[in-house]
Amino acid sequence: MTTNITFQLNGREKTVQAHPMARLLDVLRQDCSLTGTKEGCGEGECGACTVIIDGRAVMSCMVPVCQVHGSKVESIEGLESMGADGQTCLHLIQEAFIKCGGAQCGICTPGMIMAAVAYLRQPESAPGGVAEALEGNLCRCTGYTRIFESVKTAIDRMKTGANQSR
Amino acid sequence: MTPSNPTYQYVGKSVLRNEGRNKVTGRAVYVDDIATPGALYAKTIRSTVACGRIKDIQFGPGIPWDEFTVVDVRDIPHNVVELIKADQPVLCDGVVRHREEPILLIAHPDKGMVENAAREIKITYEVEPAILEIGPGAVQTEYLIVEGDVDAAFASSDIVFEETYQTGSQEHVYIEPNGFIAEWQGDRIVLHGSLQCPYYVVKAVKMCFGIEEKQVEVIQETTGGGFGGKEEFPNVVALHAALLAKKSGKPVRLIYDRQEDMACSTKRHPSVSRVKIGVSRDGVLKALDFDFQIDAGAYVTLSPVVLSRGVLHAGGCYRWPAARIRGRSFTTNSPPYGAFRGFGAPQSLFATECAINAVADRLGMDPAEFRRKNFLHKGDKMPTGQVLDVEPNLDAMLDRVIAMSGWAEKRASMKKGSGRGVGLATILHGTGFTGSGEVYLQSRVALAGRADGKVDILVGSTEIGQGTETIFRQIAAEALRLPMEQVEFHKIRTSAVPNSGPTVASRTCSVVGRLVQRAAEQMFEKLDGKSVAEYVKANGSLRTETQFEPRPGLKWDDATYKGSAYGAYSWMCNVAEVQVDPVTATPKVETIFATVDIGTLINPTLAYGQVEGGVAQAVGWATSEKVTLRDGVMANCQMTNYIIPTSVDAPDIQLEFMPTPDPFGAFGAKGVGEMPMDGPAPAVTAAIGHAINKTISAIPATPEDLIS
Repeated sequence: MTTNITFQLNGREKTVQAHPMARLLDVLRQDCSLTGTKEGCGEGECGACTVIIDGRAVMSCMVPVCQVHGSKVESIEGLESMGADGQTCLHLIQEAFIKCGGAQCGICTPGMIMAAVAYLRQPESAPGGVAEALEGNLCRCTGYTRIFESVKTAIDRMKTGANQSR
Repeated sequence: MTPSNPTYQYVGKSVLRNEGRNKVTGRAVYVDDIATPGALYAKTIRSTVACGRIKDIQFGPGIPWDEFTVVDVRDIPHNVVELIKADQPVLCDGVVRHREEPILLIAHPDKGMVENAAREIKITYEVEPAILEIGPGAVQTEYLIVEGDVDAAFASSDIVFEETYQTGSQEHVYIEPNGFIAEWQGDRIVLHGSLQCPYYVVKAVKMCFGIEEKQVEVIQETTGGGFGGKEEFPNVVALHAALLAKKSGKPVRLIYDRQEDMACSTKRHPSVSRVKIGVSRDGVLKALDFDFQIDAGAYVTLSPVVLSRGVLHAGGCYRWPAARIRGRSFTTNSPPYGAFRGFGAPQSLFATECAINAVADRLGMDPAEFRRKNFLHKGDKMPTGQVLDVEPNLDAMLDRVIAMSGWAEKRASMKKGSGRGVGLATILHGTGFTGSGEVYLQSRVALAGRADGKVDILVGSTEIGQGTETIFRQIAAEALRLPMEQVEFHKIRTSAVPNSGPTVASRTCSVVGRLVQRAAEQMFEKLDGKSVAEYVKANGSLRTETQFEPRPGLKWDDATYKGSAYGAYSWMCNVAEVQVDPVTATPKVETIFATVDIGTLINPTLAYGQVEGGVAQAVGWATSEKVTLRDGVMANCQMTNYIIPTSVDAPDIQLEFMPTPDPFGAFGAKGVGEMPMDGPAPAVTAAIGHAINKTISAIPATPEDLIS
């Protein structure tokens, strides 16, 4: 039993034919071939599958795809933008993760970055700051120090006026 | 403060991670990201008892079994997972020795069907009593190290202290579960996997199927964390996938879900250490008697080597005029324990450091001053008889961590039982394989010049997050005097890269890096001023290879367990500052301060990342990570109830590197990755003990444990 579900995926309208209770994670990875979103636990604990749905960071393993009908979904693949020279440009937070050592094995990184992006856009969503904003995203490699530094670096660069339209 | 040699172009620089861009964009391909049209989804059917015999296997009704590929023990050419000892079957041979032991393998094109079918397989057992603790079972491996007249040294001690310490198991919780994709191409098997040691898999597959090494191609995909958990365990996953692929004639995906991974995969060995210390009234250590015991689980896996490293680190960084260290691993009916960052050393060093803190307390001495009196120095003899040939610089490292942490003021102002505390631990960690291990491995690396002027680094040493690709490119470019952009890390496929040994034991940067450095130096000489492209054009090819050579004078005797256990040691002084909630008894590790000697920092950002990550894992092991075994299986095999540190739990980590370069490591580098697992736990328990005025002798020290 499948049905058509339409949502905005990384800025473009997308219609998938899927079981309404299929996990958004599987629809992204299999139907949409967007494998940047990772499965770490499948039970909403690790955050590796975090995407942004209508502005909020959400774990896609816990979302039946029918719930995103009519919503805006953003995955890690939608973060890069096209520069004037035709080359893809990394988002500030992606650059900061590379520069500051925020990614090690990388499996938590896409989800961690999406959670960080949601926080950068709406800092009031986590009054306790970066650590609170990322509490739902587990990293086993870094001890979080360099991840915090990555997010802080991105915030500083946004404040100093680096081009940040997204 | 990060010292670096200003004459180096790349070494000592925080060069950006090689594969960083792929990782932050989601382009990095992990095994589960590979599309495999026409592949079968696989599942492993496991035992539900810890000990017994299989009586009957029933395939239930309502499942189209003819559509399934089912592998049982009869389908296995040689039913052994090849490792140290040939005792572990690929599939259960009728006798069940632990919970979650693999019994059957099933595969089907529809993933949902596989899950449904798995539930309809009913296995009945003749259950036998299981041994699930250290002690009653058979001793699997035993070591004994004796130095000096131990009994006389105790007799002449003013104070003799005795205590028993326990450490719990620990699950790796790499965020990417284990997984393999297997496909036979004619008589050749191709395996894509998440793994640390490609040549372990080659050996296991070769032996199981009775085929030639060249018939096995192991390809490492981007690996989402290992920490030892993907050292030997992937052998089992690879064999299972290969068996199903053989029988079905189709590609097979065997990707574990989190619960299965946590329940069945290897973990840190639980330990019990009985420590007896003799000391003079003025605080000089006289004698050590250390009885180290670990639970090996149902099969040998790597337990003898884990035990060995535990035994070899038990003396810590102290001078013992006399020492007796005995180590035993016990066979039980727990799922086999295996490699985990630190590899036995965190367990024995936990006991050593707790005991040192307790003895200082008994003497009424500051634990820092007590240590200072007893630290190892150049020329001192360790329990194996190894004479330290370099000054460890521990006094300066201790001074610095004490200054950084405000140790003296905090100890004075935080009264015992006040809910706040500080604790100290000072440790060492041997670089690379134990004793003669590196000689036995005979690791090889190669560099190959290409017609386009680039140079490929050919190694089997894997990138698992720690930065192998980046540091090897730095090392090679430095020695070749080439821009880093011209040096590339070759994807690991065993048909293309030599066996540079396993990616374990903190050996990659220092030991394998040294081989890369030498191969690059040889290539530089061979080029003799020509460019790589010119040389390749003129000579057809350009290749240099190096093989491990033991450092001069290093002797180790496996029979007597005497000699130089490790070629080089890294050192670390840790201070933990904690707060314990007076109502809930929840310990919050606020800060870990540490001074760290890993020799030359090839890449400071990566080095910080390694040490910080290890510290966080150690704090988790000490305070929240409890593997609750029920009837021989991990009852809390979910991220919901096995608690690793989150961004809110993780401590602030203040590090300072104080390098003493090792002339035989790559550009002076020593072991990095494992040492930060050793010291934080005893520092944390000392701090908790201070905060609640209680002696902590077992970890994890969860709130429940602290209240009872």
